[in-house]
Parts: sequence; C-alpha cells; structure tokens
Amino acid sequence: MTTETMVRPAVADSGAKRSELLAQRVRAARWFLVPMLVALAIVAGWPLLRSIWFSFTDASLNDLYGAEFIGFDNYLRWQTLESGRTIYRGLLVDDAWWNAVWNTVRFAVISVSIEAVLGIIVALVLNAEFKGRGLVRAAILIPWAIPTIVSARMWGWMLNDQFGIINDIMLRLGLISQKIAWTASTDTAMTAVLIVDIWKTTPFMALLVLAGLQMIPKDIYEAADIDGVHPVKQFFRITLPLVRPALMVAIIFRVLDALRIFDLIYVLTPNSPATETMSVLARENLFDFDNFAYGSAQSTLLFFIIALFTIVYIWLGRVNFDGGDR
Amino acid sequence: MAWAYTKKAAFYLLVLVIVVVSVFPFYYAILTSFKSGTDLFRITYWPTSISFDNYLSVLNQGSFPRNVLNSIFVSTLVVVLALFLAVTASFALSRVRFRGRGLLLMTILAVSMFPQIAVLAGLFEVIRGLGIYNTPWALIFSYTIFTLPFTVWVLTTFMRDLPIEIEEAAIVDGATPWVIIRRVFMPLMWPALVTTGLLAFIAAWNEFLFALTFTSSNTTRTVPVAIALLSGGSQYEIPWGNIMAASVIVTVPLVALVLIFQRKIVSGLTAGGVKG
Amino acid sequence: MAKIELKDIRKSFGAVEVIKGVSLDIRSGEFMVFVGPSGCGKSTLLRLISGLEDITAGEMSFDGQVVNALTPSKRGIAMVFQSYALYPHMTVYENMAFGLTLEKGKPKEEIKKRVHRAAEMLQISDYLDRLPKQLSGGQRQRVAIGRAITRDPRVFLFDEPLSNLDAALRVATRIEIAKLHESMRDTTMVYVTHDQVEAMTLADRICVLRDGLVEQVGTPMELYEKPDSMFVAGFIGSPKMNFISGKLAEGFNAPTVGVRGEHLVIKPSDGVWSGEVIHSENLGSDSYIYVNVGSEEPVVVREDGATKHAVGEHVEIAPIDGRVHRFDKAGKPIR
Repeated sequence: MTTETMVRPAVADSGAKRSELLAQRVRAARWFLVPMLVALAIVAGWPLLRSIWFSFTDASLNDLYGAEFIGFDNYLRWQTLESGRTIYRGLLVDDAWWNAVWNTVRFAVISVSIEAVLGIIVALVLNAEFKGRGLVRAAILIPWAIPTIVSARMWGWMLNDQFGIINDIMLRLGLISQKIAWTASTDTAMTAVLIVDIWKTTPFMALLVLAGLQMIPKDIYEAADIDGVHPVKQFFRITLPLVRPALMVAIIFRVLDALRIFDLIYVLTPNSPATETMSVLARENLFDFDNFAYGSAQSTLLFFIIALFTIVYIWLGRVNFDGGDR
Repeated sequence: MAWAYTKKAAFYLLVLVIVVVSVFPFYYAILTSFKSGTDLFRITYWPTSISFDNYLSVLNQGSFPRNVLNSIFVSTLVVVLALFLAVTASFALSRVRFRGRGLLLMTILAVSMFPQIAVLAGLFEVIRGLGIYNTPWALIFSYTIFTLPFTVWVLTTFMRDLPIEIEEAAIVDGATPWVIIRRVFMPLMWPALVTTGLLAFIAAWNEFLFALTFTSSNTTRTVPVAIALLSGGSQYEIPWGNIMAASVIVTVPLVALVLIFQRKIVSGLTAGGVKG
Repeated sequence: MAKIELKDIRKSFGAVEVIKGVSLDIRSGEFMVFVGPSGCGKSTLLRLISGLEDITAGEMSFDGQVVNALTPSKRGIAMVFQSYALYPHMTVYENMAFGLTLEKGKPKEEIKKRVHRAAEMLQISDYLDRLPKQLSGGQRQRVAIGRAITRDPRVFLFDEPLSNLDAALRVATRIEIAKLHESMRDTTMVYVTHDQVEAMTLADRICVLRDGLVEQVGTPMELYEKPDSMFVAGFIGSPKMNFISGKLAEGFNAPTVGVRGEHLVIKPSDGVWSGEVIHSENLGSDSYIYVNVGSEEPVVVREDGATKHAVGEHVEIAPIDGRVHRFDKAGKPIR
C-alpha cells in the first residue's frame, strides 16, 4: 500500500548479489565453451606455438625431439670471412623466399582486384530482375562447388599446350598465332593460376556483394530516378558506398585466402618459380627438402605477415564483423 | 527505342557470358571423361561418342573407391564433431553476456582465417606424437582447425537471430540452458545446422594441404590428393581421361547438393559476413 | 497466493538507471496494472518481478521470502509475452505442457489433466494438436495464456499482451482476461500496458510509472478522482484532463487547475471561462467540443449525445462543483 519515491542512497547497493539465473547462465556458458576452446587450443594454439619454436631450432624431419635452440639463425646469420667480407645467410636474405613473397602478394592483389570488379558486375546482374535469374545464380554456384584440386586439374587440361581447348579457341578466333604452354612457361604460369582462381572464387565475391545489394532499399533508387540522377552516377554515389561494408568483408576474406594459397599452385603449376608462393615454398622446405626448421621459419614469417596485414586492414577499413550484440 | 533494345541485348549477352564461363569447364570435363583412346586428343565441343572406359578404369584400378570412402568418412565425422562442439559454444557466444565475448569471437574468426601452413610443423609433431600419422584420424584431428571455428561463427550468427522472447518463455517454464538448446533451439535450428554442416562438409571434402601432408599411402588418401597425384606410366603421360572421370565422380554429388540447397548455402555463406 | 513486496528496487543497464528506486506492495490475489508512457520502466519492472532481469539494488520478496536471486521458475511465476513467444515447433498441447514436463517426477496423467483443464477454460481444447502457425493471432494469445495457467503460478505476469491484436479482438481478449482473474482469485496478477483504458477496466489497482519512479498507486477510481499529480491527472481518463493556468486559474486560488471534459458544462451565460468553439467531434453517444478560452490548449468539453454547438459559436463554460483539481507550481494537488 505504501508507495513513496525514495531519495537515492549514497551507495546504491543493498547487497545486490548476482541472481541465480544469471549465475546459472554464465556457469553454463563456461561449460559450453570449454570443449570448443580446448579443441582449438590443441589443434591450433599449441601447433602454432610449436611451429614458431621450431623456427628457432635446428630441427629436422626425422629428429623433431632432438632439436636444439639456435636463436635467430634460421632467419638471419652472418659470418665474417678472413678476407673481411661478411656473408649473410638465412631467410631474410633468401632470394627464393622473397620471390615467393612477391609471387604471393602479386597473386593476391591481382586476383582479388579482378574478382572484386567481376564480383560486383555479376552481383549487379543477379540483382536485376530478369527471366531465368535463378538459373544464372545456380550456374555461378558451380565453380564455387567444384573442389579446388578438381578445378586445377580441369583447367590444367583445358590449358594444355597441345590438346587444350583454350589454345584451340584462341587460335580459331585468331587471338594467338601459335599454341601457348600456359602452365609450363614462366611467362604465362601466373596468368594461368590467376585465370583459374578468378574463375573459381568470383562467385563467392558476387554472392557476398549480392547480399549487400539486396539490403539497399529500392526506394532510394526510385528517389534518385525522380531526381534525374544518371544510372552511372547512381552506381558510384549510392550503390558502391552502400555495399562497401559487404565488399570490405568479402575482400578481406578473399585476400586472407589468397595469401595462403597452396593447392591450386601445387597442382596447376608445380615447380614453377614464377608462381611458387610462400605456402608452397614453406611446405617444400618442411617436408620435401628436409629443411624442417627453415620451413618453420618461413611459415612463421608468413603467419606474422598475414596477421599484420589483417590488423592494418581492419584498422584502416574499420571493418565490422560483429553484426550485433545481444 | 533502338537504344533500349541494344541495352537489353547487351544485358542478355552479359548473362550468357557469365553462364557459359561458369559452366563450360565442368561441361568440358564431363565431355572429356567420356572420351577414350585417341579421341581424348581430338578437340571437340560436342559429344561425339560415349565411352565409359575412363570410369571403369578409375573405379576398378587402384585405390580410388577407397579414397572416396576415406573422404566421406573423414568429412562426415569431422562435421558431426564440429557441430556437436559448436552448438553449445554458439549458444554461449550468442545468448549469454559475459566479459571478453567480443574478443573470443574475434579470436575464433581469426583461427578460421589462419594460414594453415603456419601450424603445419606443429601439427605434424602432434600427429606423430599421437601415433595417428597416415590414418583418417590425423585428418579428422587437423580439419577441426577450420571446421570448428567456421561452424561456431555461422551458428552464432544464426542463433543471435532467434527471437529472445522464446528463450525467455522457456526460462520462465523452468528450462536450463542445456534444455533450451536441446528442446527449444535445436528443433528451430535444423535448417541452419544442415546448411552449416553442408558448408563445413564441402570445406573438409576439398581440403588438400593437410591431406597431402598427413597421409602417405594410397589407401589412406582422400579424393583431392588422389586426383592430384593420379599419374600415368611416365611423367609425360598424364592420364587425363581418368583424371576427368574421377573429377566428375567426386564433383557431381557436390554440385547436386549445392544446387539443391542453393538458397540455404547462400544465406550460410553470407551469415556473419554481411549484417545490417 | 503471493504478496509481492518491492523495497527501493533499482535497475541499471550499464550507466543508465532505468528503475530509480521503486517501493510497492502488491497484495495477494490482486490484479495490479503498471501503466505509463513508453520508456517509463514499466516493462523493466515487470521483468524484474519475473526474474528475467537482475535487480541492481533493493529487495524483492514474495510472501516475505526474498526472491532477488531466485530463477523465474523457482519464483513460481508465469508470463504472457507481447509476441506470445510460443514454441513454433511444438503443438499447442506440447507448448502448454512443456513447463510441467521439465518438473521432475510429474506424472504424465496429471500433466494431461492440467493442460486439458486450462484448455477448457480458454476454449482451445479443439486446437491441442495444432502448431502455433496454424492458429490465428487471438488463438495464439489464448494458448500463451493457457501455457501460463497450466503452470498454476503464484504470480501471473502479462507484458502488453493485447498490443499485437486488432481493436475488436483486443476488447474481447480484455474481457477474457478479466474473467480469468475472476476465476483465479488466488493468483496475483501483474499486467503491463501503455493503454489507460486497459488499465482502468482490468485493474484492482493501478501503478502509474514515470521515468523509473512510481507516480501514484491506487484503485482506478482513486486515480481518476484524486490524482496525486498533474501527470497522473493527465494520463488517466479520456479525453485528457484540461489544464488551465495563469490568469484564467486565479479565481480558484491556484497556479493551475484541471477539469475533465465530462465535468464541464456549457452554459448560456455566467460561465467561469468563455470562448469560441473551434472544433467539435461527434461520436454519437457523446461529443467533444473544443473551446478556445485563451489557455495554451483549447478546453475540451464532453457532452452527451450529439452536440448542438457549431464552430464559431461563442460559449460560456463552467466546471461542476467539487470536480475542479487544483495544482501547485510543482504539479502537486492542493487539497
């Protein structure tokens, strides 16, 4: 019956303990998370630490446990000869490594740029209303659904110098005068890899951009039409800024994927220095050349390069991954 | 008027190009897989004769059927495991407010975007240490590194969208978090679970680096490795017919699945990526 | 049967304090309605009672037992949500039985009996095998209420349960809830609404909230006749109470006076205020006449039947004796 509005006490806490419900939920959350976290620690955390550790040792494939700590020698060591000349060795002065870094970066930048442009074009097409749109969407899912190894092999066959259909088409169209050894020649190997990668991953880009496009309210365009804004201007002033968040997320996923590329190159252009990427080189050293420690150093460096890139990108692009908070 | 027709024609030409470019390589692989002998080396754009030689040879010789079984076994088990761990974890991440949740989500995303080569050396040591090198378990173990974060991430975004009042109604009814997951959320999440599971399955099915590194004999390999390593008598005699037949065998079910679950897959791919 | 006592209850979300110290007794078996404008904290207060939300400070007890830390189910509450919140994958029967099946050792027979009894009460026995999506909005609302009844709660909570229904159904369901209260005399009910008509028609007592504080608690008639503030006076009753201040109120020896439209009469002469009719609304049973007397807003006069006063007519108006509410500068009544 008594109702009075009280003055706020100096200390606004009369023993407000955490309620049982909240405690129960937090406790449950902890137990729900533990198995996943333990699993991730075992399959990701610990191996990562061990890889980094191996990069500071002289470990070899057959003698993992006898590995001894040798500091930064895998990365850089030097020796001064009697003649007074200093010789530098190690990963940081390894031409093969920097070639691989260059290949990887070149591949990532070119492939993702082209994929972004093509992805936007395909998304715009799919966002338009026309007969058979469902069919087209199904069609572009096919490259995405095909395993990378299979597409590498399929394209390897199509790009074959003697019996490949690509050379045949281009000859018939008069684009080339003689057959090209796409995957074998150092001049064209990277192009071949790019063609296959772009073919395979543009659908992913297109789908993410399409999802972004579909969230743009239609009436914005109606208003722009009434205002007489030219369609090209509409694209650059309305569409692009509004799909930017979706595009930024798609791009970072793709770049991270491109920077670690392994399977396509391993199968399509094996042993070609023109396409050898960081992952391919590191695995070669780890398991084929018996330079386990050196390969570990390469994979460690790769990890930090990618981590650095990601942080800078998220920071500069202000990419928002977390949709909401509840 | 003419301009409008030109525009329309250009648009449909673009559509045609997109479709042809998307579909042609797969079509050509199928075409090749039905050629045999010297037919293989005659370039044709339409089927001329149909021969099942390549299929028979792939299925009867070597270990390809075994590789398919390996792939099915590994991918299925790793997805079931990941889903099992992810359902409860994503409940915690989407429905319970606790300190460090944002950071945890970022870490999980980071792990899923990991360059897998960075853990290869350490994983190799662990797998050797556990004595599971060159067994399917090595792959199930290592595939968790990408299937688990992925399923957690996607399920978390799905679960975040379930209406909060339904959960509160269950709380009022006296349901514990475990009961809420099992009897209220799981039945509502079937579509999401199927989608997420399918995407994770495809990722596991296609994985190459770990499979190449952690298996060493023909009978333990998975399909991608088997296809990558299919070779003929000499280095210059690549059995293209067999490779195409094997490729078609492993790709047709995948493409069929993807086309059946088209809408769901698109929503799963974009979940977490783009949100309003 | 539960008597609910709130002692200086506070609730903050982060740095924002939403409930700023509410003390309130809800009697056992009472139908209490929380009413107030949006953002006043009424829903939060209900959720604090339900146990879905944590109490930041203060003490809440049911029948003398402190329940601050208890889970909703241990408090013995049941709740009807605004969006019904039925489990979409369960049949009506399963929806209603779900809470009971979670109680350990409840015999199936008893669950069945209780679900059927509740279903009969609400006349939804025919739909027990259906899924929520096969029901209309009104039927879903009944199932939501039925689910709450089945649990046989000590305290029955409603969170704006009628706001998703259309106008006709809202009236029907309102009557339904009133009947429910009649037949469950032992159960304390707390009901949140922003609609003062719902509050007036359903409540034993109403608690008017404003900015996280209680403005007034009382029976509908108490609030109507003796509002404790201008806020309550303005919030309860339709049309809104007329407030006249400044010079025009001087005759009543108060800074502001309030008179309800139904307590004003139009006279040919000798009125307290006078002015021009600027608008009139004819509702058939009664009509509202808007008169510009020189106050900030036009004064609304309620008359029975159709009005005879045309726009532009000069009228004199006067309050009925004893029906004038006088308020001081702070908005408190002068009695």
